[in-house]
This record gives sequence, C-alpha cells and structure tokens, in this order.
Amino acid sequence: MEALLPFLLLLVVGYVAGRANERRHYRELETLEATLEDIAVSSDRAAVEGGAVRGGVLVVGSVVIAEDYFKRVAAALRSLVGGNLRSYESLLERGRREAIVRMKEEARRHGATHVVNVRLETASLSEDFSGRRPLFSAELIAYGTALVPEPRQAAG
Amino acid sequence: MELTTLETVPGKTITRHLGLVQGSTVRAKHVGRDILAGLKNIVGGELKSYTALLAESRNEALDRMIEQARAAGANAVVNIRFATSNIAAGAAEVMAYGTAVVVS
Repeated sequence: MEALLPFLLLLVVGYVAGRANERRHYRELETLEATLEDIAVSSDRAAVEGGAVRGGVLVVGSVVIAEDYFKRVAAALRSLVGGNLRSYESLLERGRREAIVRMKEEARRHGATHVVNVRLETASLSEDFSGRRPLFSAELIAYGTALVPEPRQAAG
Repeated sequence: MELTTLETVPGKTITRHLGLVQGSTVRAKHVGRDILAGLKNIVGGELKSYTALLAESRNEALDRMIEQARAAGANAVVNIRFATSNIAAGAAEVMAYGTAVVVS
C-alpha cells in the first residue's frame, strides 16, 4: 500500500493541476479567439476576394504541449479497451487552437486581414529510442501566408 | 526576400523558377530544460522552453533556406512547407523547404 502512495499522489496532483490548467487555457483561448475574429483564416490556396493586396508575409504559430500524469494513466487504461482517447483529444485540440491564435497574432502585427493557405502540423517529440514509454509531448504548428491589404483610399 | 506558402507571390508575377531550396537544423534538447520539462509533465500544459527552442530552430532553418535561395539568384521563395521530426532521443530536426523563384 505504501508503495502505491507516490503513484496516487502524482495521480491526484496531475488530475487537479491538469484540470485547472485545461479550464484556464480554454477560457484564455476563447477571449483570444474573440479578439482575433476579424482575421479570416482559410486553407484555400487562392487569395480571397476583397480589395487589392499589397503583399504576403509568412506567419507561423507554434506550441509544445505535454500531457499531465492523470492523462497519461487514463490513456494507458483506455488503450486496454480501445476507443477514443478523450484526454489526448482535448490536449491536441487546445494546442492546435493555441498555435492558430499565435499565427493570427503574428498576422495582426503585420497588419494583415487574411491568412491563406494555412497548413497545420503535428510532430510528436516523445518517441523514445530506449524502449521506455516516455511522457507524451508534441509540437503543433500552424503556418500560412498573411495578406496585407493595400491602404484604403479615403472615400469622399 | 518574399516568403509565402502560396504558389505565387501576391501582387507579383513569377518570371523564373529556380528549383527546390531547403534548410534544416538538428537541435538537441537542453538537459536543464529536460528536467524542468519532466516536472512539467506531472501537471501538463505548455513546455515554453521547448516552444522557444523549436521556434528558434525553425527560424534558423528558414534562414538557411533563404541563403540557398539567394545564392541561386532568387528574390522569393514560394510554396514553403515545414517539417519537424524526432530523429533521436533528445534531438529534433526542423526543416523548411520551398521553391526559389524570381518575381517582378
């Protein structure tokens, strides 16, 4: 029983801190996404219609995220029976939204109104070559071309 | 140097294609950063030091790609793509590639 104590402690700490982190992150994402709403993002290759474009700038947003201890145990249990690893789904979703937010923030700094030809990528950073299962971490990247509009002529 | 993920440079026309250019870096993770990341793994969330490390590597890969394009006589790189892969325990390769072109 005593041998189980550190494990249970990690599990509880992971669960409490991980949950708090996740909630806070979702709230942050919602406010950030609301302020960046006016920048249209698309995975289309063609520039969207709407005014002359002065130029395009490469913009990148990235984030490295890691699982918490509780997610790790939950995922390990889940993979015994199969099905959706919901704890990882939310982790990757958060990471991807964060990457997109950062990309849009960079686009805003350039004065852009659109980001086109956006690509999303996920790279796992936790492959271990020693055979031991490492803690899961991954880099999520969003990148695209920010379109900067021609300064608008003062209308009448 | 104009950089874009599109096949063209917005507002300009491509007059010459100069072929594929690429740049890459292999970065080892910092041991100190790894220990901190290990602690962070109990509570989860963003590993800020790794985010910065990989962003730095990506910029360097981009710089190397730009250098190659410049050497070929290009003034723009179109259709840029990034790729990250874990090549050994504690090391990651970041690569950027695209097509070098002359635009006017």
